[in-house]
Amino acid sequence: MTTAETFDAQGTPGRREPPRRPEFEREPKPFDDRVDVARPLTLWERVSEITLVRRLTILVILAGVWQLYALWVNNSLMLPTFGATAEAFWREFTEGRLLAMAWSSIGVLLKGYLIGVAVAAILTSLAVSTRIGNDFLATLTSMFNPLPAIALLPLALLWFGLGETSLIFVLVHAVLWPLALNTLSGFTSVSETMRMCGRNYGLRGLFYVMRILIPAALPSILTGLKIAWAFAWRTLIAAELVFGVSSSSGGLGWFIFVSKNELLIANVFAGLGTVILIGLIVENVIFRVLEDHTVRKWGMVR
Amino acid sequence: MIVTEADRLPAMNMEIKSQDKTTAKAGSQIPPERPLLQVKDVTLQYKTKDHLVTATYCVSFDTYAADRFILLGPSGCGKSTLLKGVAGFMKPANGQIELNGKPVRGPGPERMMVFQEFDQLLPWKTVKQNVMFPLITGGGMSRAEATDQAMDYVNKVGLTKFADAYPHMLSGGMKQRVAIARAMAMEPAILLMDEPFAALDALTRRRMQEELLQLWDDVRFTVLFVTHSIEEALIIGNRILVLSPHPGQVKAELNSGDLGIGSIGGEQFQALHNHIHEMLFADRVEEIEDDDR
Repeated sequence: MTTAETFDAQGTPGRREPPRRPEFEREPKPFDDRVDVARPLTLWERVSEITLVRRLTILVILAGVWQLYALWVNNSLMLPTFGATAEAFWREFTEGRLLAMAWSSIGVLLKGYLIGVAVAAILTSLAVSTRIGNDFLATLTSMFNPLPAIALLPLALLWFGLGETSLIFVLVHAVLWPLALNTLSGFTSVSETMRMCGRNYGLRGLFYVMRILIPAALPSILTGLKIAWAFAWRTLIAAELVFGVSSSSGGLGWFIFVSKNELLIANVFAGLGTVILIGLIVENVIFRVLEDHTVRKWGMVR
Repeated sequence: MIVTEADRLPAMNMEIKSQDKTTAKAGSQIPPERPLLQVKDVTLQYKTKDHLVTATYCVSFDTYAADRFILLGPSGCGKSTLLKGVAGFMKPANGQIELNGKPVRGPGPERMMVFQEFDQLLPWKTVKQNVMFPLITGGGMSRAEATDQAMDYVNKVGLTKFADAYPHMLSGGMKQRVAIARAMAMEPAILLMDEPFAALDALTRRRMQEELLQLWDDVRFTVLFVTHSIEEALIIGNRILVLSPHPGQVKAELNSGDLGIGSIGGEQFQALHNHIHEMLFADRVEEIEDDDR
């Protein structure tokens, strides 16, 4: 009916006009008590909000599946149960052998990691400040990044002999390239506005890199550090498996190797479990805390 | 050309004539004081991948202390490039830029810049720290002094409650306020603003314009303000440099000191608005004709 009216008003059929509606103004209604404006979450809702709880649940389920399957296989030489592994882990842990092994691995790892980080910092600083430095780093990264660190071990053994130095050499190689690559891509993606801001303050050279580029590129740098950490950890365990006798205390890889030779399969699993556990702690505690206090707090990543 | 154009606008006639730069030079009128910023015959060029682009050609203007000097022009007239030249991010291919008689060589904290983009605040610093940072690094202040000065200006832009918030928690308008507070806290010789309100919504933009004028009334800073909005130029500026498009050349310098937010829609405002509009529009017609030939 309205359409017909507008047709009439216009006089030209086929040109539709929206209907005219009356105007009105009104105050918003007072709020109804029965509707929740803000209501506390239930206990279940709050618990399921905690990431740790959700992840632990997954772990518990996986452990349960393992236990049931191992009981069904019933061959402690091939697949010890979760209970037996946990028991072996606890025994080795309290007797101190596992802890000492893990500690010696971590010690070597940290040395290699820190040297790698320092070299990566120098190379990327050169790369952002000079063109030839950039070319140098780009070439080296594309050459060495695909090369597995462990492949350098025979050469390292030849050069530095059987010992910690060889391990550190291989570790530096594992850390350096992924970290340099990520840091450089972080630096190059810093926005032009932010660069101009820094220079507007009169910052130059090292101050400029420290105060502007590094914080602005921190999300990429942290990713690089995480990847480098994983690469280093893998490389170290593999290297220890190959020639574990680097020093008298051995290391986790060596612990796994020896336990297998002695057919203490539960211990092998306990060793692997320790490797995983340390990885989890570093990823979910150390890096997580680092991120929470920096990039997440600053709203650079979600 | 300008004078004849102005003859058609009785309201603006006297002012444009008397303040026109060429008239001032030709006459015996000597400006009362030395200009703060002198841009002399500046040609700015930048390289793209396969072109050398001339952004501005032989642009000259003088800015005096407490000026609200507007660089107005269509996009592509090199007004932002000109501002970057004054900031020291670009070296002129020709001509000179002098601040207080000293040539500009590179960026420095006495020419603080407010950018259009919201990402100009350092995300790893709170509002207060963002304002303090240049005071400490560029202004050589102690922490205590910087804190006082920073809070003073954070109060001035009305963000006291948000002093400890991080930039990602703020709205666009609030971020621009922080950027303005940061630049003003340095008490620079001249404040450079590159379309600072262009990315804001219309309502927030109007509020920010009002606030900027209020701040100017308080502090009487000197500002060089780039915009492509004629309306914004008339509201904010007391003197407007109109640039022609590609490459930017000076078309006119006009006075608009007695126009403010209150005069929007008024006769004088509309007259000057239309006058500038015609000036900018005329160029576009010429450009099309050039293309046809």
